[in-house]
Amino acid sequence: MSVFVDLETRLLVQGITGRDGSFHTRQMIAYGTKVVAGVTPGKGGQPFDGVVPVFDTVADAVRETRANATVIYVPAALAASAMYEAADAGMGLIVCITEGIPVLDMTKVLPYVHERGARLIGPNCPGLISPTQSKVGIIPGNICKPGRVGVVSRSGTLTYEIVHQLSSNGFGQSTCIGIGGDPLIGTNFIHCLSAFQADPATDAVVVIGEIGGTDEQQAAEFVQQGMTKPVIGFIAGQTAPPGRRMGHAGAIISGSAGTAAEKMAAFAQAGISVMKRPADVVPLLRERL
Amino acid sequence: MNLHEYQARDILKRHGIPVPDGDVAQTPAEAQTIAQRLGGKVVVKAQVHAGGRGKAGGVKLAAQPDEAAAHASRILGMTIKGLTVQKVLVAPATDIASESYVGIIVDRGSQRPVLMVSDAGGIDIEEVARATPERIYRLAIDPRYGLLPHQGLGLALRLYRDLAQARSAAAIMANLYAAFYAVGASLAEINPLVVTPDGRVLALDAKIVIDDNELGRHPEIAALRDTSAEAPSEVQAREAGLTFVKLDGSVGCCVNGAGLAMATMDLVKYYGGAPANFLDIGGSSNPQKVVDALRIITADPHVKAILFNIFGGITRGDDVANGIVQATRQFPLAVPLVIRLTGTNEAEAVKILTQAGFSALTDMDEAVRQAVARAAT
Repeated sequence: MSVFVDLETRLLVQGITGRDGSFHTRQMIAYGTKVVAGVTPGKGGQPFDGVVPVFDTVADAVRETRANATVIYVPAALAASAMYEAADAGMGLIVCITEGIPVLDMTKVLPYVHERGARLIGPNCPGLISPTQSKVGIIPGNICKPGRVGVVSRSGTLTYEIVHQLSSNGFGQSTCIGIGGDPLIGTNFIHCLSAFQADPATDAVVVIGEIGGTDEQQAAEFVQQGMTKPVIGFIAGQTAPPGRRMGHAGAIISGSAGTAAEKMAAFAQAGISVMKRPADVVPLLRERL
Repeated sequence: MNLHEYQARDILKRHGIPVPDGDVAQTPAEAQTIAQRLGGKVVVKAQVHAGGRGKAGGVKLAAQPDEAAAHASRILGMTIKGLTVQKVLVAPATDIASESYVGIIVDRGSQRPVLMVSDAGGIDIEEVARATPERIYRLAIDPRYGLLPHQGLGLALRLYRDLAQARSAAAIMANLYAAFYAVGASLAEINPLVVTPDGRVLALDAKIVIDDNELGRHPEIAALRDTSAEAPSEVQAREAGLTFVKLDGSVGCCVNGAGLAMATMDLVKYYGGAPANFLDIGGSSNPQKVVDALRIITADPHVKAILFNIFGGITRGDDVANGIVQATRQFPLAVPLVIRLTGTNEAEAVKILTQAGFSALTDMDEAVRQAVARAAT
């Protein structure tokens, strides 16, 4: 068992012939992900690397291959359209890796995909991986190990750092999910926490947040009210100045709201064990399990 | 990206929102000419990306054109919150019967644009939210339908009893919402929205912040960027495709990924040091980016040690190692360098660095401790 992706995941890649799309498609196939189709308008009929059938539209790909999840690697200017198309084709899971999508585009994309019953992960995210089952996105497979810890994060490389600490110390993962660093995203901490709570293969969850917004505070409330599994938390950006965007579009302290201190306090109050630094994850997990 | 008041006013005007006449000046003589053309009393306002301009002496009334010139000569070159004033706006002094606030932001919770209005105009809206939250009215807008007429009028009636004034304000809200989407804003506010003694509703001051992700499809807005209002190192970094924020510590940080970059800065502080900057070299780094990053970090005289923290995923360790070797050949470093590197192509990276006389650590805590210690000596 795992969350959102598993051995049943039949993946379509939107933008399969692009620079990033082709590189990561090969990585996903090498990891064992069932990549059943690709889409690049105008390149339908020419198999990718001779093995993955490529279609002009998502609808064609779904009809021919029964793909049930899609990952998007198209440039920012085309990404909103790729998400609309995936939702229209009835995709259950849409993972959007693309960075740099205007927030105002997302104000329209999000209600559209949600009304069509799709789960959107991202945008501006590294994707997700259920170790040894399915890797969707760009998280390096070699740092992950199968196990019983769920990981959910707004970041990319910081997630790798913490997952690496877990794997090196005997804590494998059920699923690692990067939800993305943008202000408007399809799947938030609460969606992931509730999936991990319901997943019999997950014993504990690591939540990696950062400055900006109030997602972590809401997650803390959810943990306090609805979770029986232990949760360990980290917040990046304790030294970030207010009013400056720290790389991620969503990582900004607006006025006095969204600071690391306020999020860490909310975590602690909800019974989440708070890491002071990434290396604390292992001792805190040992304490709680 | 922040716009200046005069740029925001132009955008509002183009979208049919009534703003007082006025123009921007870079010299006292220009200010005088504008005041002459406007006739009567004028206000001279510093154009900087900072709040509290009035308190800092950056906003002055002038009865005569020569007085406007005198104010301009004092305000131009003045420093407000670390920013030098390069331009002033000269506009007619408007008589005010009442002041309110109208603003739009994208709300992360509802994932929609939210229109906010308040009858407490002229003061910082965050201050109003803290002191008298009951005086702010909010409406989440469904972007598929836009601001519906009854919604705008409903909010306007919270501000004005006079129906004609409420209708004017509702039209202004509709136009502000249109402008918000048209320019790709993340914030657009009119503060204050005033009623004049003769009953006209006017936007007296405006603030617009543009979503950086919109700049690619709005070249005309990107062209409004005022690089003189930013730290030179940040302008240089943006041109090199790096994300950089200058801070005032002594440990220069060069990291791949925004979250890891923040966590690295935090760890520097945890071990008793202070980060000199936030710097994300991005995902698919090439050696040139590392060269540019090192050039920008070493230009800061406060930097006493440089810390590389690379966790290779998409970023290849050997690319970063090559960049470090290339950069240090081009300009020898005057400060110690501590390198932490792990992940993709780690073995090749370590080989490249070792051959060039560097050593690489694999543990993040150990690297940060060393960098902090080197910066302190």
